[in-house]
Amino acid sequence: MLNEMKSRFAGKDVAVIGVGMTKFGELWKKSLRDIFVEASLKAIENSGVDHIDSMYVGTMSGGLFVGQEHIGAVMADYLGVAPIPATRVESACASGGAAFRQAYFEVASGHSEIVLAGGVEKMTDGADVTEALAAAADQEYEVYNGITFPGLYAMIARAHMHQYKTTREQLAHVAVKNHKNGSMNPNAQFRSPVTLEQVMKATMVADPLRLLDCSPVSDGGAAVIVCSVDYAKKLKKPYVKVVASAQASDTIALHSRESLTALKCVSVAADKAYKQAGLKPSDINFAEVHDCFTIAEIVVTEDLGFFEKGLGGAAAENGSTAIGGKIPINTSGGLKSKGHPVGATGVAQIIELYEQLTGNSGERQVKNAKYGLAQNMGGSGASCIIHILEAV
Amino acid sequence: MISPRYHREIPQRYRLEAGKCKQCGNISFPPRLVCPKCKSKSFETVQLGREGKILTFTIIRVGPDKFSKETPYVVAIIELNDGVRLTAQVSDCDVDKVAIGDKVKLVFRKIQDEGKSGLHCYGYKAVLT
Repeated sequence: MLNEMKSRFAGKDVAVIGVGMTKFGELWKKSLRDIFVEASLKAIENSGVDHIDSMYVGTMSGGLFVGQEHIGAVMADYLGVAPIPATRVESACASGGAAFRQAYFEVASGHSEIVLAGGVEKMTDGADVTEALAAAADQEYEVYNGITFPGLYAMIARAHMHQYKTTREQLAHVAVKNHKNGSMNPNAQFRSPVTLEQVMKATMVADPLRLLDCSPVSDGGAAVIVCSVDYAKKLKKPYVKVVASAQASDTIALHSRESLTALKCVSVAADKAYKQAGLKPSDINFAEVHDCFTIAEIVVTEDLGFFEKGLGGAAAENGSTAIGGKIPINTSGGLKSKGHPVGATGVAQIIELYEQLTGNSGERQVKNAKYGLAQNMGGSGASCIIHILEAV
Repeated sequence: MISPRYHREIPQRYRLEAGKCKQCGNISFPPRLVCPKCKSKSFETVQLGREGKILTFTIIRVGPDKFSKETPYVVAIIELNDGVRLTAQVSDCDVDKVAIGDKVKLVFRKIQDEGKSGLHCYGYKAVLT
């Protein structure tokens, strides 16, 4: 069965050969385009390529955050690479993962040799961020009635606590762990560790989620250079191989899902990704997952098959997801501590995988890592994109 | 004058009109053009019952600008007795006393104001029964 699935994928083997990102945070002095260009120049320089054939830009909402659409053209222009094809890709908070997936397809298909996949968001220029983010939910039947994104994940959290006895402390352990990891990441927005007590006493945003359960409002950009494995070998630069790219969707409204405590888009995409790579969850050495809220990391680590359903909270509490644990999760600090410039997040996850798999993660290095998984999610779980990368 | 966007949703928001699939009987709220269960494109309009129970909920303490004067308020996912699920505010209650499993009834209420002229927009909210 596995061989049959693998054999259906007839494209070229795809590699990531260079990465670049800005620091994530409140970048008052930098505009949307400055941020993207800075990250892209770093990626191009890091890869050693002398040109790119095409580019994809993941952005959730240039329109609502800064009034700018037509992002592909803006970025190609300011990166100085026009007239190459440049396309903006949007899948809410999974826009970055979606942009990377398009670059993967373009290289795998043989259509282009070298493709840049980037992501960017500028969230601190004065927009009503809560309202802009809510555009990723069902505008007419969720948002109309006053729900917010923290509110949607809070409803998942309360249902999970009710069904599986997940505790408030277990949610807090996710934040504590991710802040600890982020404290070791020079690009992270928050490099300050937090204590369990601080999380438990933080301002309530949407019960039971408090301020320190939520990823922050961030500016930031991330970019990677994608090419075929054959081309990467010619360049004689460190590279990692993309062994799976999978995507799934679900109902836009949380209330229409089969389950309020599981994210089907995650389990469906994960199943496809594992089959494509010929791997099982236990083969994965570390993962970057979409911890937009602490509860999301708990549910996602269950639905990726790392832990039994209902035991994600216990895994966060007992250290299984810490660096040195059974499966380190969000070694970069995750969205929680590294920051969540929405469109950049999925690409930044790929960067963390690249850095870990090439042994460049410094004090947060996972030892002997061969396979890393990146899980990027849109909305309250209406879309999910998963990639698995392999060290070579 | 109300906007076309608001006007389109009135049958659902005021009268809870849903689409019942003529092939498999699944009820879609709001109505859809394709049945998500059996892919049929044939529906009849039905009116949902107003009684149900709370499956999960949150208390919004930090709201979007539009709702910021109303915090704290409860938003819940409600399962109506005919199986349809929807998101609604739970109104007229002590926010700290709401619980999963509470029985509720949907009532007609003002939900928000639209645009700069502040047109009143109505719909359903739940009250505990």
